[in-house]
Amino acid sequence: MTSEHDDGRGVSRRKILECMTWAGTGVLWTIAGGMPRSMGIIGEAAAAEAGGLTFLQISDSHVGFDKPANPNALGTLEEAAGKIKALRVKPSFIIHTGDITHLSKPSEFDDADRIISQTRLDVHYVPGEHDVLDEDVKLYRNRYGRGTKGAGWYSFDANGVHFIGLVNVVDLKAGGLGNLGNEQLEWLEDDLKGRRASTPIVVFAHIPLWSVYPAWGWGTEDAARALDYLKRFGSVTVLNGHIHQIMQKVEGNVTFHTAMSTAFPQPAPGAAPSPGPMKVADDKLRSLLGVTDVTFKRGQQRLAIIDQPLQR
Amino acid sequence: MTRKICVVTVLAVAILATAAAFPAASAQVANTEVKIDEFAFAPQRVTVNAGTTVIWINDDDIPHTVASSSKLFKSKALDTKDRFSFTFTTPGTYEYFCSLHPHMTGAIVVEAATGSTAAQ
Repeated sequence: MTSEHDDGRGVSRRKILECMTWAGTGVLWTIAGGMPRSMGIIGEAAAAEAGGLTFLQISDSHVGFDKPANPNALGTLEEAAGKIKALRVKPSFIIHTGDITHLSKPSEFDDADRIISQTRLDVHYVPGEHDVLDEDVKLYRNRYGRGTKGAGWYSFDANGVHFIGLVNVVDLKAGGLGNLGNEQLEWLEDDLKGRRASTPIVVFAHIPLWSVYPAWGWGTEDAARALDYLKRFGSVTVLNGHIHQIMQKVEGNVTFHTAMSTAFPQPAPGAAPSPGPMKVADDKLRSLLGVTDVTFKRGQQRLAIIDQPLQR
Repeated sequence: MTRKICVVTVLAVAILATAAAFPAASAQVANTEVKIDEFAFAPQRVTVNAGTTVIWINDDDIPHTVASSSKLFKSKALDTKDRFSFTFTTPGTYEYFCSLHPHMTGAIVVEAATGSTAAQ
């Protein structure tokens, strides 16, 4: 694996993840060349240009949250759904990176489903810690767990891209961070076995798989093992939520990106005594909430990530 | 600010507890509060006499839990202003954490209520 790998269509494995764009409460990604790249917060984004796969990421809708940082989290989720419906290029599906609800209440799941289904798109979920407040994770799994393993991990393929949804919010250890656990990691190793290194990989999970800020628990204890299994792939994109703000890091062939919430912002690492909900001026709130729209296009060099707030 | 008041309260409780240890005060029933604030248990470490009921109160806008590391006790998710209590009867050190935000840890140190503890 020292040289470029051709996927048979004259596209090097570094030229695969290309076009991913966020809109509203989402991030638009561009997959090209296996090196995902953030386009920053831009307006129209590249969605119209995208000829490949376009999908959307939404995160941290916290349905049920009604505290001062945003007394109407359901309302801002609905605004995000409206933005998604209005997209000029219809995404193929949505990825929701967890914290669908605030307190795992059946009524909150119902409300979230009611709003998100307005987009008329398939949604691939992973749970956040707020979705698994019942010990045995029944509420989440009964709704979203069909065909998944363990607490809800799974993989699927779309347009030649391999998507992997991981769960790092259950069985957390005292003093620790997010946790994948041995069973899931073994499954991941097996899931990747035999796949060509030229296959673009998109991994999504709630808590960041990189150490954003361990003092606030923003990282995943055993993510290094997962990344080790992924390192032979030319293009790996890791999409997370949990920290309610955009953050990105590129490490070799791996691009890590966290999304905005549709519910409330959280402070930058260390910028406040704790990571609790951040109250901002009412007219500023929607500039800190958003969605992400991601497009994969064969034959292009880079994956561009575009985070688009609900309101500029 | 609340944290300072809380520390004072706990100190007061601790002093009372110490005082109670010497005289005969046999069935001293005490409560101690631990605040959950800014993603931290405050105070983080509390020393109480056996028989004390510890009450945790969530002052954050985010739910937390109180989960014993040895699985002796575990609260449900505590929403804002929700409380959880547990009565410690046996001396020892009880480590606990928030199972949603496991970087939040705390400990309750339970000492034998001297004097008439044998009765327990």
